[in-house]
Amino acid sequence: MTMATSVPKESFRLSMLLYDTRFRSYTIQIVVLILFLAALGWLVNNTVQNLAAKDRTFDFGFLFNRAGYDINPHLINYTNDDTHGRALLVGLLNTLSVAIFGCIFATILGVAAGVLRLSSNWIVARLMTVYVEITRNVPVLLWIIVTYVALAETTSPPSAFKITPDMVKEGIAPEASMHLWSSVAITNREISIPAPLVRHSLGSIDFGLFSLSLDFLAFVALLVASIAVSRWLGRRATRIQEETGRRPLTWPLRAAVLILPVVALLTAQGFHLERPSMWKTDTNGDYILVDGTGQELVDANGLALPDAEGQRITSGFNFRGGIPLTHAFTALLVGLVFYTGAYIAEIVRAGILAVSRGQSEAAYALGLAPQRTMNLVVLPQALRVIVPPLISQYLNLTKNTSLAAAVSFMDLKGTLGGITMNQTGKELECMLLMMGIYLVLSLIISAVMNVYNKAVMLKER
Amino acid sequence: MANQAMPNPSFVRQEMLPPLDPPSSQTGAVKWLRENLFSTWVNAGLTVLALAAIYVVLSHFVPWVLHGVWDASSLGECREKVAASFGPDAVGACFAAIKDRWHQWVFGFYPPELYWRPTLALALVLAALAPVLFTSVPRQMLWLTFVTPFLSVWLLWGGSIWGPVFTMVAFGILGAFVMMFSDRLGGITTSIVAILLVLALFLNPVGIVISIGNAVLSLFGLIPWTPLGFLEPLGNAAGWIFPLVKNMAALFHKIAPIGIQEVASDRFGGFLLSITIGMTAIACSLPMGILLALGRRSDMFLVKTLSVGFIEFVRGVPLITMLFTATLLLQYFLPPGTNFDVILRVIIMVTVFSAAYIAEVIRGGLAALPRGQYEAADALGLNYWQAQRHIIMPQALKISIPGIVSSFIGLFKDTTLVALVGLLDPLQGITKIVRADITWKGLYWEPYLFVGFIFFIFCFGMSRYSMYLERKLKREHR
Repeated sequence: MTMATSVPKESFRLSMLLYDTRFRSYTIQIVVLILFLAALGWLVNNTVQNLAAKDRTFDFGFLFNRAGYDINPHLINYTNDDTHGRALLVGLLNTLSVAIFGCIFATILGVAAGVLRLSSNWIVARLMTVYVEITRNVPVLLWIIVTYVALAETTSPPSAFKITPDMVKEGIAPEASMHLWSSVAITNREISIPAPLVRHSLGSIDFGLFSLSLDFLAFVALLVASIAVSRWLGRRATRIQEETGRRPLTWPLRAAVLILPVVALLTAQGFHLERPSMWKTDTNGDYILVDGTGQELVDANGLALPDAEGQRITSGFNFRGGIPLTHAFTALLVGLVFYTGAYIAEIVRAGILAVSRGQSEAAYALGLAPQRTMNLVVLPQALRVIVPPLISQYLNLTKNTSLAAAVSFMDLKGTLGGITMNQTGKELECMLLMMGIYLVLSLIISAVMNVYNKAVMLKER
Repeated sequence: MANQAMPNPSFVRQEMLPPLDPPSSQTGAVKWLRENLFSTWVNAGLTVLALAAIYVVLSHFVPWVLHGVWDASSLGECREKVAASFGPDAVGACFAAIKDRWHQWVFGFYPPELYWRPTLALALVLAALAPVLFTSVPRQMLWLTFVTPFLSVWLLWGGSIWGPVFTMVAFGILGAFVMMFSDRLGGITTSIVAILLVLALFLNPVGIVISIGNAVLSLFGLIPWTPLGFLEPLGNAAGWIFPLVKNMAALFHKIAPIGIQEVASDRFGGFLLSITIGMTAIACSLPMGILLALGRRSDMFLVKTLSVGFIEFVRGVPLITMLFTATLLLQYFLPPGTNFDVILRVIIMVTVFSAAYIAEVIRGGLAALPRGQYEAADALGLNYWQAQRHIIMPQALKISIPGIVSSFIGLFKDTTLVALVGLLDPLQGITKIVRADITWKGLYWEPYLFVGFIFFIFCFGMSRYSMYLERKLKREHR
């Protein structure tokens, strides 16, 4: 007969805290906790002492004081009479606009470069390799600064674009001219691009903080509705196909639904692009012309003569109209897109190479066309490999927008961590707030992209 | 019958014909062009576009470089020389500026008569790196690897020799202790003794205990009560002995004042600054990254939470904010009156920043190891550190080499950001100085081309080395 030997009851000894693996981890953790709290206490204590020694307080009240400096560009209403808090918001929106446009353009450039690097075309593949290698091995700051120097220091001043009556008389052409059929002007101050405008505006709603254009809202609403109808048509076609085995022809109708309402709206509102220009105009907004002798063709009231033939002349010192883009913004965007695009190209290339050849061969064997093979077989598998590193590239780009400091772009670092900090002397508050905002931004981006990643991830059972 | 010998009919050829040449479209350059450049209409279009792009770039770039002037004393002279040699409309680079300011780009404002010191330091570092990077170099040279960091710091900043000597001795004692006693004493005891040693060698343990105790007991200055105030004299007295390294160095300097001219940190600039920051941060961020990665994978909740919090915080903020923290906020976080070297502060921040990224790379390597490796190490009776040292890390690091090296490349490129906190890095600091100089005003592309080229060489070299290392360490499919 066997009897279970009872385990001898162990008495607890102090040395077990160190030598018994059951207790040791607790010992270590308690020691770590004490050390951590001590270090934290030391830091807080030093900070308190230092603040007291400098006769400063720790509060964020300065955010409600008058900022007193201008910010260009500002996406929401802002004047220098607004508060530091609002300046912070303007800076944050500038950061976000660079980050969002940067991510979009970098993805386009990166995907194109990555796919082309795998192309069977020898010269294009080599060219893309050169692009990727050169870009990745040089600091991003260099691309930003070089773009900035190219835009701000090697372009002509607005005065070089001028056409005066004297120049017309003597037949001298201006030193500089606009690009893309006279729609884009690059001066040493800024780049002016055409602005989309409507003649019959619906007005806008003023929210105080910002005003929302109803035209834009109507456009977006119509577009969303059109897309919804178009998708419904597609689903209906699929349903009919499942019932009858025959898919009705829908694409002309879908294209019409997508395009016609939007075009109708834009036409009804009188949509046009306002080009930046330096042309001299009268009070009616008509262009003033000069004849071959440099004489202005105007009537006694200074109004432009209708139906006169002559050459337009300019007035003023800078381009008016259109959307002015500051060089800092453009340089930051171009530098970041160029640099991040190279990294995304490598990610896309690795993702496509990770899908084994057998997959596409199997798809061909099943009779799928190359386009459908790409869409249904290769891309869904490649995306699983591509998305996680792509997220970290988006994060990097967002964090790299802080390099705006090198070209004096007024982003979060330029407003909160720059002028506001220097004016108020609240280094501690400003830096902590700024770090907190960047941290939250990063966490939001990774959270959103992780949700997407979950959606495309391999569904394992 | 089938196998009966047939008479040879006259219409059957007796010998083989010589093979014909392949059609001209299926051979040589034509075939290659067809397959690689003009296989489809899209491809042909792309080829034409690519050729046009290459032509546009080269037609501007090549004459500009070929017409480049290397000997001139100002931009105006450069332009005159180009105009004289290649006609009035010719464009030409003015590389003379780079030749003229070469020393500034390399050394910043380091005293010219002492240029040999950074040069010697760089030579030492390269020699010290050789046994680490290439296994074919004799192992005895590892001694140089141990000595070089301290020697280089002394050469770069100058001052008394005793500081670096005693720091080296202290690290030697620490390293020797861990290597010799860790197996005998076990992980816990070794760590405790090592921490005590660090405290005694580099800090003042008595003073620290007193000040932290005071801080905690007075609820961080909320109540004016310093119960340990009576111990202050003890802390001050301990200051005569601790930190051991500092006091020993001071003592020996009094006895035998051996030293070389000191060079202040604000004289550093150019590639000297980039390489100093880059090399130090690279060397320090790897061990720190390994520890963080191990912490993140630890079973202990608290250790894991702290590591995760630290890594995610550092990865969530831009490097610039951390550099500004180093220059602006450390005066708040450190005891009043503390002020240490700005380059050292920047190095610490860059190291911490890079370590968080490296930790994530190594964590990937650790996660890629099959569970069996950990279990096998346990089965062999190895303790945690032995298992890490002999089984886990060699494999995990090998897997993570590409990621680690690309982190290093990123770190080296990020050294250009120090310009934003006022240091004279080659890309912004020195280039701005040169371009603002009246003799070289109007210079646009040459400085950036030059700085970009140097960075390219370093970074491309690192990535090629990582490929070489991967090939060398490959154990499968040989």
